[in-house]
This record gives sequence, C-alpha cells and structure tokens, in this order.
Amino acid sequence: MGLTLDFLALSPYVGELARGLVTTVVLTVVTTLSGLMLAIVVAYLRVHAATWVRRILGGYVELTRNTPFIVQLFFIFFGLPALGIKIDAITAAFLAMTLNLAAYTAEILRAGIEATGRGQLEAARTLGMSKFQSYRHVVLVPAFARIYPALTSQCIIVMLGSAVVSQISVFDLTYAANFIQSRNFRSFEAYLLVTLVYLLLAVGMRQLFLLVGRRLFAFRQGGQA
Amino acid sequence: MTLVCVKDLHKSFGDLEVLKGVDLDVAPGEVVAIIGRSGSGKSTLLRCLNQLEQHDGGNIEIAGQRLDAEAMAPSELSRNVGMVFQSFNLFPHKTVGENVMLAPVVVRGVNKQEASRVAREVLDKVGMLEKFDAYPAQLSGGQQQRVAIARALAMKPKVLLCDEVTSALDPELVGEVLLVLEALAEEGMTLILVTHEMKFAHDVADRVVFMHHGRIHEQGDPKTLFNHPRTPELRQFISAVR
Amino acid sequence: MIEFTLWDIVRNLLLAARWTIVLSLIAFVGGASLGLLFTVLRLSGNRLLKVMIGVYVDVFQGTPLLMQLFLAYFGAAALGFNVSAWAAASVALTLFTSAFLCDIWRGCLEAVPRGQWHASRVLGMDYLQTMRHVILPQALRLSVPPTVGFSVQVVKGTALASVIGFVELTKAGTMLNNATFAPFTIFALVALIYFALCYPLSRYSRYLERRLYDAGMR
Repeated sequence: MGLTLDFLALSPYVGELARGLVTTVVLTVVTTLSGLMLAIVVAYLRVHAATWVRRILGGYVELTRNTPFIVQLFFIFFGLPALGIKIDAITAAFLAMTLNLAAYTAEILRAGIEATGRGQLEAARTLGMSKFQSYRHVVLVPAFARIYPALTSQCIIVMLGSAVVSQISVFDLTYAANFIQSRNFRSFEAYLLVTLVYLLLAVGMRQLFLLVGRRLFAFRQGGQA
Repeated sequence: MTLVCVKDLHKSFGDLEVLKGVDLDVAPGEVVAIIGRSGSGKSTLLRCLNQLEQHDGGNIEIAGQRLDAEAMAPSELSRNVGMVFQSFNLFPHKTVGENVMLAPVVVRGVNKQEASRVAREVLDKVGMLEKFDAYPAQLSGGQQQRVAIARALAMKPKVLLCDEVTSALDPELVGEVLLVLEALAEEGMTLILVTHEMKFAHDVADRVVFMHHGRIHEQGDPKTLFNHPRTPELRQFISAVR
Repeated sequence: MIEFTLWDIVRNLLLAARWTIVLSLIAFVGGASLGLLFTVLRLSGNRLLKVMIGVYVDVFQGTPLLMQLFLAYFGAAALGFNVSAWAAASVALTLFTSAFLCDIWRGCLEAVPRGQWHASRVLGMDYLQTMRHVILPQALRLSVPPTVGFSVQVVKGTALASVIGFVELTKAGTMLNNATFAPFTIFALVALIYFALCYPLSRYSRYLERRLYDAGMR
C-alpha cells in the first residue's frame, strides 16, 4: 500500500489540460444549441408530419435512447466512411452528440407540448394562426418552461457523456488525462483532477441554466405589476 | 342584410345529437344573447361558428363567406370572426401588449409599429393600456378577460363571439368585463354571446335566443322574452336562474 | 487473415453480449442493494449521513461514468491493488447505479403528499409506523417505473467497460472491426443487440408508468 499523490507532476501539462477543457466546453455549447434546434423540429414533425415521417422519427428517437452513446459514436465515425461518407473525428463527435441530445430532448419536449392546454390552441386558432405559427409562438416557449429542469439534466448528461469522444481521438478533457498518464504514469492524479474539472463543469452548467431560465421564463412569476 | 346566417345546423358527438337543426340570422351591429341550460347546445353553436367544431349538416354563412364541411384556413376565418373564451386563454409567456400584437403581426403581416399602435388603441378601449408590459400571471381574472377581448378586437373581426366570458370570474370582477362588452355593443360591434348573466342579456342584447335540447326554442326582444315567456320551458328556466 | 462470415460475427457478438448481461445484472443488483442502504441511512435522521450521501449522489451524477471507471481501474492500481477490468467495471458501475437509484427513490418518497404524514400523525402513528404502513407502500408503487427505466441506463453504461478492456458487446465489436474491417455492419449489429436488450425494458417502464398514472386518475 503506497499511495502518494503527486499533483505537481501534472503541472507541465497545463497546456494539454486547457486544450482539452476548451474542446469539451465548445463541444458542449455547440451541441446543446444544435441539439435543441433539431429537437424542436423533430418534436413538431412527430406531431404534425405525415405518418411515414413520424414513424421514421419515432424509430430514430427509440434507437438513440436504447443504445449506448459510444456505439452511436463508433457507428458514425467508423461506419459512415465505409459507406463513402468521409468524416473527421471532431465532426463525428458533434454529429453523434447532437443526434443523441436531440432524440432525448424531442421526447422530453413532446411531454411539454402535450401538456399545452386545449384553450391555448383554440385561442391561437381563432386568432387565425396556422399549426406551425401556433407551435412557434404559442406552444413552444411554455413547453420549454415546463420541461426546463429535465432539459438541464439532459444537457449535463450529454456534457458528461462527451468524455467518450476521447475514444476516437478527439482532444477533449478525457483525452488530455489519457495523454498525461501515458507520459508520466500518474494516472490516478490525472484522472482525479480531470474528474474534478468535469464536476465543476456540471455544477457550473446547472447554475448557468438556472440563471438563464430565470430570465427566459420570467413570465411565470406572478404578483401585481 | 344579414352578417351571420345559420341554416338547419346539425352537430353530433358520437351518438349524441347536440344541435338538431338551428336557424339563426344576425344582422350587422346586432347583439344576440344565447341563453339556455348547460347541455342545450349553446356553446356548441358558438364553436361551430368559428369552426372549433365542424358541423355535420346545414350551412353557415358569415359575411357572405360559406363555412363548408371542409375547414377553412384559420387565417381566412379570423378576418370575420373573433372569439373570447370563458378561461381567457391569454398566452402566458407574452406580455399584455405582445398578446394583442402577436396575431396581427404573424397572421396578417402587419408591421410591429402599426401593430403596437392598434394594440394601444384596443387596450385603451378596454381600460388596460397601463398594463401593456405586464404578464398575464400578474393580472386579475377580470383584467385578463379584458385583455383577451382587446386581443380579439385587434384582428378587427366583423363579429365577436363570447363564450360565457364571465363564468370563470369572481363575482366582484364580472362587472368590469360586462361594462366593456356594453361599450362595444353601443359602438355598433356585432356580438353573439353565450351567457348566464340574465340582467346583462336583458339590458344590453337586442335579441335573446333561448336554446333547449339542441334547438332554438324561443327568441325575441329581451323585454318581451323575459317578461312574457311563451313556452313552459323558458318560464321554468327563467324562474330557476332568477 | 481469417475470413469471417456474417454468422461468425453475429455469433461472436451474441456470445459477448452474455457478458454485457452479466455485468448489467451485477451492477443493477449491487447498485440497488447499496442504493437501498443509502436511502435508509438518509432517512435515519442523522444530518451528517444525509449530507454525505447527498454529496456522494451529486459526485456520481456530476462526473462522467468513463472517469469513474478509469479511477476504479487505475486508482486501485495506484493504491497497490492489481484489479481486473472485471472487478473495476463491477465496482464502478455498482457505485454509479447506487447513486442514481438512491436519488430516484428519494424523489419517490418525497412525492408522497405531505398530507399523508399529517393524517398519520393525527391518527396517532409514530414515524416508523407511518413510514411502514403509509409512506413506503405508496413510494414503492411510484418507484417501480423509474427504477425499471434506469435499468436501461445501466445496460448502456456497461458499454463503457469496453474502454478499460473488459470484453463485452462493444469491445467485441471493436475487436471484430479490427479483424474484418466491416465497421458499418458490425456496429449496426452491436447497436441492434443493445436495442434488443434495452427496448423491452423501456417499453415495460413506460407501460408501468401509464398504468400507475391511470390508476391515479381513477
């Protein structure tokens, strides 16, 4: 039993850690935005599109929710080039994360949309709005407000899940840890430090979402104006 | 000249026939109050007029435009018919001003400035201009309903349908909403109201329509109808609500 | 180079899928036991324990499962134990599962309306009696659908054990890919096998949830 932790051994690798951190953050921010946008489209089409479109999208959502992210990533990164679609590691990571987040979010969002009161839809209709207009202007924002806590958790899960992209050599935080431990064999310190950074990211993300949510959904607070 | 023309209207929900042949003509500027017990078909009649329900038989013509079994595009219908609901149905994430401006902007393509001008005008009419930037959650029920009326007016409909607009309100808030409707009536707005407020129907309506079992059972000017009901059903109804 | 027929690939993947199932069962049973223990400790009323379990849950929910696996594997080595990928994966997945289940079950206990506590108090029941006869039976009913639902996350989580070298379904897939260079077929098959394992659990969870909801409506 000889556990001696030497975090100073990590100091020469601050650059790698920073690079990994930036990659993880950028991946998370971009996929959160693209995933949400895709989810908004998917959720709409799953209600209003032709039957065959709804079936295909239902299949996509179920397949994504019932297979591991790492397999989705491998399928996209290794499998698509076999079909002649060339794709680099970072693009594969973006694509896999976006598709993954969108599938979960579309399903969460659907519950939020279904909770829309019938009166809201009738009011929109008597004011002359089409289905799409009422989705965009009347349904969407309150639906997001309803699902916001679940959405926050899902985005954090995707951020944490992004650790897996290190397995296709994307230089993210986890890759940085792997890189360091392959150089100085201080695997425990490297992984512990990086784990802590992920934890801080998760906590920070939750706070950020709370802050943004409070501004975005201010309409929910009652009280006389 | 008639603005709304309903002929032999039929509507069923499953096996239940709710409207069994309704005829109703409404002239421009006329205020028609529809009364009757719950289940008599009065709300369904109103909902057929703006295609929230699709009628099964007969026909409806509004401002010369016929509503067929095939649903008309909502944007088309909204040129003629506006509606105010029992439960207000304001959009919770939009301010008072945005609620009123939304449809003119997205449905009619009116520019924001013009929409805002119209919104201020109609909100002023219902006495809600000072709440322009408030959210619905910050308003009382009566205030929300007044905003809902303004929202419908902003689309400049030819006829305004009101579906029990005071039924969800606390008693002390009913008055402010009725005052707004009364002012609209005086201005010459065509109103078709389903209501439980007999005094309002009596004082403001040009004509009262009593519905019973899916048909118009009796109708006429309010004084005659309320003071000298001809049918025992209406007599019973009036004594029950008084 | 050995030629692999499609059947060879499928057979090898199915054989490896056994280990996915075994690892899932270990993680689920172990995680449920540990999670139950934590749930009970949390209810014991000891504030320190409550805080510690809260931190435990937050840490496991706030860090990547992959890191938890690395730490179990390499961390044990740093402590001087030479653990197999097997043991490391079992431990990490068990801890991971226990944290999530503990959190799910806390939510179920809290979802029982406060009025139930008040009514029991008025009837003269003490804490344990209320817990045993009133709260737990209701919380238990609430907890079944999300617990079954979480089992899907456990099965999917085992795929990460491939990264530390444990040969389960995903690892078998990458190994076969290296030997056959048919990534599209192989990873599609891998995904399908996971789907076959997870989808019934998802459906069952949803069915249970709907039944619970319908029962509540009546």
